[in-house]
Amino acid sequence: MPTIDLGGTRYRFDDLKTLLAAASPFRSGDALAGVAAPDAATRVAARRALADLPLKAFLTDAIVPYEDDEVTRLIIDGHDAAAFAPISHLTVGDFRDWLLSDAADGQALARLSPGLTPEMVAGVCKLMRNQDLIAVARKIQVVTRFRNTLGQAGTLAVRLQPNHPTDDPAGVAAIILDGLLMGSGDAVIGVNPATDSVAGATTLLRLIDDLRQAYAIPTQSCILTHITNTIAAIERGAPVDLVFQSIAGSQKANSGFGVDLAVLREGREAALSLNRGTVGQDVMYFETGQGAALSADAHHGADQQTMETRAYAVARAFSPLLVNTVVGFIGPEYLYDGKQIIRAGLEDHFCGKLLGLPMGVDVCYTNHAEADQDDMDDLLTLLGVAGVNFVIGVPGADDIMLNYQSTSFHDALYLRQVLNLRPAPEFAAWLDQIGLLDARGGVRSTALDQVGSILSLPRVLA
Amino acid sequence: MTPAPGSLLSRLRAATDARIGLGRAGAGLPTAAMLAFQSDHALARDAVHAPMDAAALAGALAGEPTIAASSCADSRATYLQRPGLGRCLDAGSVERLRATEQGHDLVIVIGDGLSARAVQAHAPAVVVALREQLVGWRIAPIVLARHARVALGDEIGENLGAAMSLMLIGERPGLSSPDSLGAYLTWGPRSGRADSERNCVSNIRPPRGLSYEVAAAKLAWLLRQARARALTGVGLKDDFDPALAADVPNRALGA
Repeated sequence: MPTIDLGGTRYRFDDLKTLLAAASPFRSGDALAGVAAPDAATRVAARRALADLPLKAFLTDAIVPYEDDEVTRLIIDGHDAAAFAPISHLTVGDFRDWLLSDAADGQALARLSPGLTPEMVAGVCKLMRNQDLIAVARKIQVVTRFRNTLGQAGTLAVRLQPNHPTDDPAGVAAIILDGLLMGSGDAVIGVNPATDSVAGATTLLRLIDDLRQAYAIPTQSCILTHITNTIAAIERGAPVDLVFQSIAGSQKANSGFGVDLAVLREGREAALSLNRGTVGQDVMYFETGQGAALSADAHHGADQQTMETRAYAVARAFSPLLVNTVVGFIGPEYLYDGKQIIRAGLEDHFCGKLLGLPMGVDVCYTNHAEADQDDMDDLLTLLGVAGVNFVIGVPGADDIMLNYQSTSFHDALYLRQVLNLRPAPEFAAWLDQIGLLDARGGVRSTALDQVGSILSLPRVLA
Repeated sequence: MTPAPGSLLSRLRAATDARIGLGRAGAGLPTAAMLAFQSDHALARDAVHAPMDAAALAGALAGEPTIAASSCADSRATYLQRPGLGRCLDAGSVERLRATEQGHDLVIVIGDGLSARAVQAHAPAVVVALREQLVGWRIAPIVLARHARVALGDEIGENLGAAMSLMLIGERPGLSSPDSLGAYLTWGPRSGRADSERNCVSNIRPPRGLSYEVAAAKLAWLLRQARARALTGVGLKDDFDPALAADVPNRALGA
C-alpha cells in the first residue's frame, strides 16, 4: 500500500481504508473512532498518496470484507465495468481533474454513475475543496417522479415536516396549512411519528391523504416509521404513497436499524403494487447521515464519510424518489461545529448526486453542537447553488417533536428568491391555481388567519 | 403577536406549540419572531455550557452529606466530543468514593449532563421529595458529579458498594425545554451495564413537565419494585399510575 515522503518523513498507509480515513477533512466522529489522521501533515500526505492511487485499486481492496457484508456484495456484484471503462485508467487525482473539466457534463456524469463504487466517490471527495463539491454537483440533475417531478434544473422542493410530540391530528394539520401557505410540501408531506405503531401511522396517513385529495395537491405523503410498519399498513389497506427507511453503509449497521436488503425490496414491491403514482413510480424515501455506522459500532474501522457514501450504494439499488442526509442531527461527537456540518452537507450532496441519487439535505443542528442559524444559512445557500433537490421545512426552524433545529418554510422561500428557483412544476401550477403565486412566480405573503379564504379548513380544525 | 381569543389563528396556535403563523418580512422572519428564536436558542446553549454549581447544590440539599466527583472529561468541549470519557470516573473521585463508608441500599447521583441548569433548578427538590418516601433506606452521601453521562452512575455505585444507583441528570436541551431533568435507576450498578438495564423517568420540569411530587412517587415505586425483584431495565415493567400519585403526592405507593 502507498507510502509517501514529505518533508523528510515517510508516511505509510496500510490499506485503502486507512488511507481514506487519514485523507478525510478533520471531524470529531473520526477522532472518536480513532481513525483520523494524527496531524495536519499526515492528512495532506494521505491526500497526495490518494491522488496517485489508480481508481482500479478500489475494485480489489474492499473496505468491508465481501464475505461478511451484503452491502459490499451489492457494490461489487452490481459494478458496471462498461460504464467504468472510460475512466478506468485514471488515478483519483486525475479523476478530480476530469470531474471539474467541461468534458464531464451532466450526460457524461449520468452515464458514468453505474461504473462508480461509493469508495471511489468518497475517495475523490476527500481531494475536493468545498467549491469543487458544489461545481461538480451542480452539473448533475437527478429527476424523479411520483405525483410530481422533482430535481429539474431551476427547481427547489421542500419536505413539509409537520411533526407533533403526540401525533395530534389537529396539530399536524395546523402545521400543514402553515407550510402550504408558504409554498412548501412539493417534495413530500412527511411526518416523523412520535409513537411507533401501525395504527398510529395509519391514522396519520389517512389524515394527510384526505387533505391532499380535498385540496387536490400534486404531492405525496409519507409517515417515517419502520419499513415493517409501512408494509403492515399497506397490507391493512392504508393509503401509502412512499416507503420510508433509515439506512447505513454496512450490513451490521442496517441490522441495527432492523433492516436488510431483502426487506427493502419487499417494501418497495408492496408500494409498487398500490400503483398510486400519477407521473412516475419512484416510491422509496431513504434517510442517512454521517456517523450512523459508527454509532451502531458497525463502521469496520472506516471513516464516517466513506461509510455514509456506502449507504448511497444501498439507496441507488431501489430507485428512490427522495434521499435525505440528516446532516447535523447526530450531535457534536460526530460533527462538532458549523464548519464540520457544512463540509459534511456538501460532501453528502456531492457523493449522492455522483452516484445518481435525488439528494436532499436536512440542514440542521442540535443545541449541544457549536452551530447556529448563521451556519445553517451558509450551508443552505451553498446547497442551493450546488443544486440540492430538496430541503426540509418545519415551522420557524424548530422541530418540537425531534428537538432539533432544521430549516424553515421561510428559509426555503429565501433560497428560492435569491437563486430564482421554483417549486416542482406541478406543485407550482397548483399554487398558482389557488392564487398563492405572485406575478413573478414567488409565493404571496398570506397571513395564517386568512387560510380559510384559500383552503377550506379540515374537519380536525373546524 | 398574541392573536384575539376565539380567532382562527388562536385556534390553530392552540393545536400546536410549533412556531406557526409567524408572518413574513419579505421571504424572511419578522424581527420579533427572529429574536424570540434567538432567545430560546441562547437559553439552550447556556444550559449546555453553564458549569454546575456544586456549592449551591449542597446548600439547597439542606444538610444532606455530599461528595464531589468528576468524570474523565476535563473540559466541556472534551465532554461533548468524547462521550466515553463522561462515563468513567477520574482517579481522585475513585479514591474519594472508596474511602467513604461502603454498603448502601441506594446512591443518588446529581450529574450535570447536558443541562446544569436543569440540575440546579430541579434536582434538590426531587431529592427532598424522594427522601420523604424512602424512610428506613440506607442512602449514601449524595454524589455531585461534573461532566457526567448517565453511565457514570455505574462506576459511582460500584465504588460505593451500593445496591442501586439513581442518576439525576440534565437532559439535552430543546429549544423550548432548556431545563429538563431525567432520572435513571440502575440495579447492581457496575461498569458495562447496558441502557436496557435501566429505568428512566424523564421530563421532570414543573410546571410544564412532571412535578417533583409525581416524579418522586414514581421513582419511589420503581425503587421498591427494583429492590423486591433485584433488577431494573426492560424486565421491570413500568406500570405505575401517575394519576394515583397526583391525588396522594406524599404517601408511599406500591410494594
